[in-house]
Amino acid sequence: MSSQQVAVAGVGMHPWGKWGKNFVTYGVHAARAALADAGVPWSDVDYVVGGETVRNGYGGYVAGATFAQALGWNGARVATSYAACATGAQAIDTARSRILAGLCEVALVVGADTTPKGFLAPNAGERWEDPDWLRFRLLGMTNPAYFALYARRRMDLYGATSEDFAQVKVKNAKHGLSNPNARYRKEVAAADVLASAVVCDPLHLLDICATSDGAAAVVLCSAEYAARLGLDDPVRVAAVSTVTPTFPNTVMDMPMLSTDPSAATGESEHTFKESIGLAAYEEAGISPEDVDVAEVYDLSTALELDWIEDLGLCKRGEAETLLRAGETTIGGRIPVNPSGGLACFGEAVPAQALAQVCELTWQLRGQAGERQVEGARVGITANQGLFGHGSSVLLSR
Amino acid sequence: MGHVTHTSLPAVDGWFTTSGPAPALLGSRCGVCTSTYFPPIPGNAGFCRNPACDGEAFDEVELSRRGRIWSYTDAQYQPPAPYIAPQAGASGGEAYVPFALAAVELAEGLVVLGQVADGYGVDDLKVGAEVELVVERLYGDTTEDGSSQDRTIWRWKPVTELGEEADQ
Repeated sequence: MSSQQVAVAGVGMHPWGKWGKNFVTYGVHAARAALADAGVPWSDVDYVVGGETVRNGYGGYVAGATFAQALGWNGARVATSYAACATGAQAIDTARSRILAGLCEVALVVGADTTPKGFLAPNAGERWEDPDWLRFRLLGMTNPAYFALYARRRMDLYGATSEDFAQVKVKNAKHGLSNPNARYRKEVAAADVLASAVVCDPLHLLDICATSDGAAAVVLCSAEYAARLGLDDPVRVAAVSTVTPTFPNTVMDMPMLSTDPSAATGESEHTFKESIGLAAYEEAGISPEDVDVAEVYDLSTALELDWIEDLGLCKRGEAETLLRAGETTIGGRIPVNPSGGLACFGEAVPAQALAQVCELTWQLRGQAGERQVEGARVGITANQGLFGHGSSVLLSR
Repeated sequence: MGHVTHTSLPAVDGWFTTSGPAPALLGSRCGVCTSTYFPPIPGNAGFCRNPACDGEAFDEVELSRRGRIWSYTDAQYQPPAPYIAPQAGASGGEAYVPFALAAVELAEGLVVLGQVADGYGVDDLKVGAEVELVVERLYGDTTEDGSSQDRTIWRWKPVTELGEEADQ
């Protein structure tokens, strides 16, 4: 591999669930699993990046140092990243940049979270300038309500049906059945989804992902270190996209109450979500046709269909056709969420973008067992963090 | 507290007006590039978000009262705090009533979220359909002297085209 590339030396996870433990416990478990997978001793790690969790006090705000201390201070340099759901991609980008700059050789990236039950509510206190507070106070606008806006547009513009959305859940439930790190490992029938309560029309309870405890870790290293480890053909980080939107961003984004105005400037050439994947493809010199497998952020079933189009895996409005033909199922043309996705995991915010990278690493190594996408050489992740954080990681072999 | 008054105040200051013939959202229009923002920029002094513009002064303008639905949904379960249910100020314990929400595209080129007017649900909405701005009661609270007070908010109300109502 070229010295301008960074290798994924190891990956590890703590299974998703509701375990009632401290986030540090999950994080250390995942970190040790990733180090063992890489065959890298903790003493060799010279950079630690933690994904911040905002629900676990000060230790969560300084997650990088918290994990480093729990693993035993080894003098490594440290950083902590926060980009909401995109935290993991930003943490990977931070570690990768430092490796590419020649400032470190082996980096450990860890994200872990514990999450409450039910709707994710804003932090306490009156905050009249915070859209994340105002959207609840003035509109009663929950996260599922935003997901429902996107789902409804697919129905009214492209003819998507509730049955289509349910079939995304059916597919992902099937994919996740044999995944030891998935929280929900049970087949789901379309009728189950359609019979579950409507939370925000048109989305049913089973269309919407849960929140979970979980942790994921990735060990990244330089080409030289990978060679010393004896890695001949490691999975490589071909690109990391952490782009912000381009003005005017006229797609309604959670947790905002409005979009940018386009009247004075004209529309942007690409939507924000389209630009996330485009930046990754451009950086890697890889095109959507080369992608063998994708892990996308299915906060809702319908959102998976949006991402498939945003990543250029099919044309706008054609994701349902792809789904109905079984092309996004393992064995199809472009399997999406072979891990089972958020449908089987539930969201553990600072760990989730890292979990996507763990899955693609196993897929590209051919180690994904019953959920293996045969011959996968190129994989892409997609995700978006609140307040303008793009997140896409392209891996290749 | 012999004299109980009933007043009405916006749930948020300076975001909409009811002083004209019809209510309107208040936006901030950049003095340089004319990009118009909602919610308004506090004090109409800040930074234009157009990357090609260095405007820092804004004029208060009324936004279009009508727009087209970008998308819509509803809240079948009561949202968590800081949401305050309209029933909360009354006798308490009254059943939650679901409400609809719409994201609406205005001529200014932006999309503005809002609840949908009382009495309308998702079956009354369609992407691309026209809606108009109304101001209605969001919730009630009680002032220090014990009098009750309505807090109001902007909402989107479907515009029923002539003859359409009779068809249904």
